[in-house]
Amino acid sequence: MQVLGGNRKASLSSRASRILFGILGLVLLAVPYVGVSSYVVRMFTLTLMYISLGLSLNLLSGLAGQVSLGHAAFYGIGAYTSALLSLRLGLPFMLTCLAGGIMASLLGLLLCFPAMKLQGTYFTFVTLGFGEIVRLIILNWAKLTRGPMGLPGIPQPVILGIRIASDGAYYYLILVIAVIIYAVVSNISNSATGRALVAIREDTLVAEAMGVNVFKYKMIAFGLSTFFAGIVGAYFAHYISFIDPSNFTFDESSLILSLVVLGGMGNLKGTILAACFLIAVPEVMRGLLAYRMLIYGLILVLAMMIRPQGLLGSQKRMQVS
Amino acid sequence: MQQIVNGLTIGTMYSLCAVGYSMVFGILEFVNFAHGSIYTVGAFITLTLVSSGRIGFGVSFLLSMIATGLLGVAIDRFAYYPIRSKRAPKMNLLIGSIGMSIFLQNLAMLIWGSQTRNYPEVLRLGSTRLLGVTISHYQVVIFLLTAFLIVALQTFIKKTKTGKAMRATAQNVDATKLMGVNVNLIVQIVFFIGSALACVAGTLVGMYYQAADPWMGFMPGLKAFTAAVLGGIGVFEGAMVGGLIIGIVETLAAAYIHAGYRDGIAFAVLIIVLLVRPTGLWGKALSRKV
Repeated sequence: MQVLGGNRKASLSSRASRILFGILGLVLLAVPYVGVSSYVVRMFTLTLMYISLGLSLNLLSGLAGQVSLGHAAFYGIGAYTSALLSLRLGLPFMLTCLAGGIMASLLGLLLCFPAMKLQGTYFTFVTLGFGEIVRLIILNWAKLTRGPMGLPGIPQPVILGIRIASDGAYYYLILVIAVIIYAVVSNISNSATGRALVAIREDTLVAEAMGVNVFKYKMIAFGLSTFFAGIVGAYFAHYISFIDPSNFTFDESSLILSLVVLGGMGNLKGTILAACFLIAVPEVMRGLLAYRMLIYGLILVLAMMIRPQGLLGSQKRMQVS
Repeated sequence: MQQIVNGLTIGTMYSLCAVGYSMVFGILEFVNFAHGSIYTVGAFITLTLVSSGRIGFGVSFLLSMIATGLLGVAIDRFAYYPIRSKRAPKMNLLIGSIGMSIFLQNLAMLIWGSQTRNYPEVLRLGSTRLLGVTISHYQVVIFLLTAFLIVALQTFIKKTKTGKAMRATAQNVDATKLMGVNVNLIVQIVFFIGSALACVAGTLVGMYYQAADPWMGFMPGLKAFTAAVLGGIGVFEGAMVGGLIIGIVETLAAAYIHAGYRDGIAFAVLIIVLLVRPTGLWGKALSRKV
């Protein structure tokens, strides 16, 4: 009976969450049409972008437990690859976007080799260092990237003959990207691969002993996570139409990691909630001007105090010692 | 040669910061990202006290060290301790300290403004040419002061009872607790010492470049931590040597390779060293439980 009751409860809550998701989906689809200002649409676009970035990092840091503070590097690599290909070679967006993702993924896998042996803080610091090195290369390789002057005039994407120009169109594009990333990451987390990744996070040695091919799964997590970051970067470049190295700093990496930790490691819905929260808060407080970032910092500290397991994280996965 | 002397000067500053990072990590096993901001705040407190003109430089410096040390203790008490006491994953402390760092940086900006402030030239010292190398007397002051602080700290850790308790806590927190040591007090002492050292580094660097701004601590903070990791985190000597290595390599690279990559060199060195020795130069090999 206990088991049955539990099942019914589970199915009820899953039905409720399905309905909730449906409503959420409809609201998201309707956003550009309900007469809100273009500012609000842009805020939604920005939030969806960070949701996508957060979800992509969640695969690596949340599920596989490889905490990275260099995600902005891959996001930047995607942005620059896509922007340069379309500016210099005039390639279409679909191609440059994909190239951005692949480029980010290749460099991610390259980093994966040395980073593989490292654990915990050492891994985190190598990713941080990698992020800084990538930023400096972008800054100093002036012949290719125009350095601190940035790349202006990145063309609007044309997808299947449709030019993406209005705020609404950009919004739908990132919505599609976010949904795809969510679907992929959520499928992975419910699959054997996802369980292997969680096993690696909880105890790499035990996972290895149980026959999990740690190297292979870390490569999968690394490759996919950076690929998605590159795609979002490409989108960002074409959306904002001007990029420079200051878009891809350590602050960006730490913000993305905050989304994952605040949402609860490995919890996708948590990441979404955290992104809404952390992107909206500074905007809502825009009136406070100088105090905005001060309060933002405090909120981050308080959030860690009040919900140590993250907004939607589960209690049982907490460390005991 | 000249570059090596300059590199050593910067290196000692990294070392001072790295020791603070390393001590905190040794006990709490987390990276205190706010350390760089503490360095900034320390530099500004000294600046304010010195330019108020009422008290001499020496007294200002000492007061500033104490104030910054207390700031470190306060941060631990009000931000990190509540997170720690919930036995949350280590990641939370990391994010919390990033939040703290953002908070402190913006606080510094609100109090002291966002422009670069001139650091008063309190010590007007000349320079000496030795074997074709120009060494400013200020650099000598930096070396001597750092050496004194390091030796003092070493003695404190090795010889006193509190130092013994600190070493014990770094080895095993729970066992130390059972031996009747007030671990929280030890952590606070560590934060006090680390922050005071950061203040020294901030002030000395501020005077060396004669400038201070709210973001001055960011890069040195990252590099000092890199130095600590390079040397093997949690190891006192490792942090010292790591700082010096980073300082020298970075200055040489900026002079002979490309000045634009100056800030990246530290990280490149880190990645290469970790490839060969995954726990840093002096780090103990991580024991894997079976």
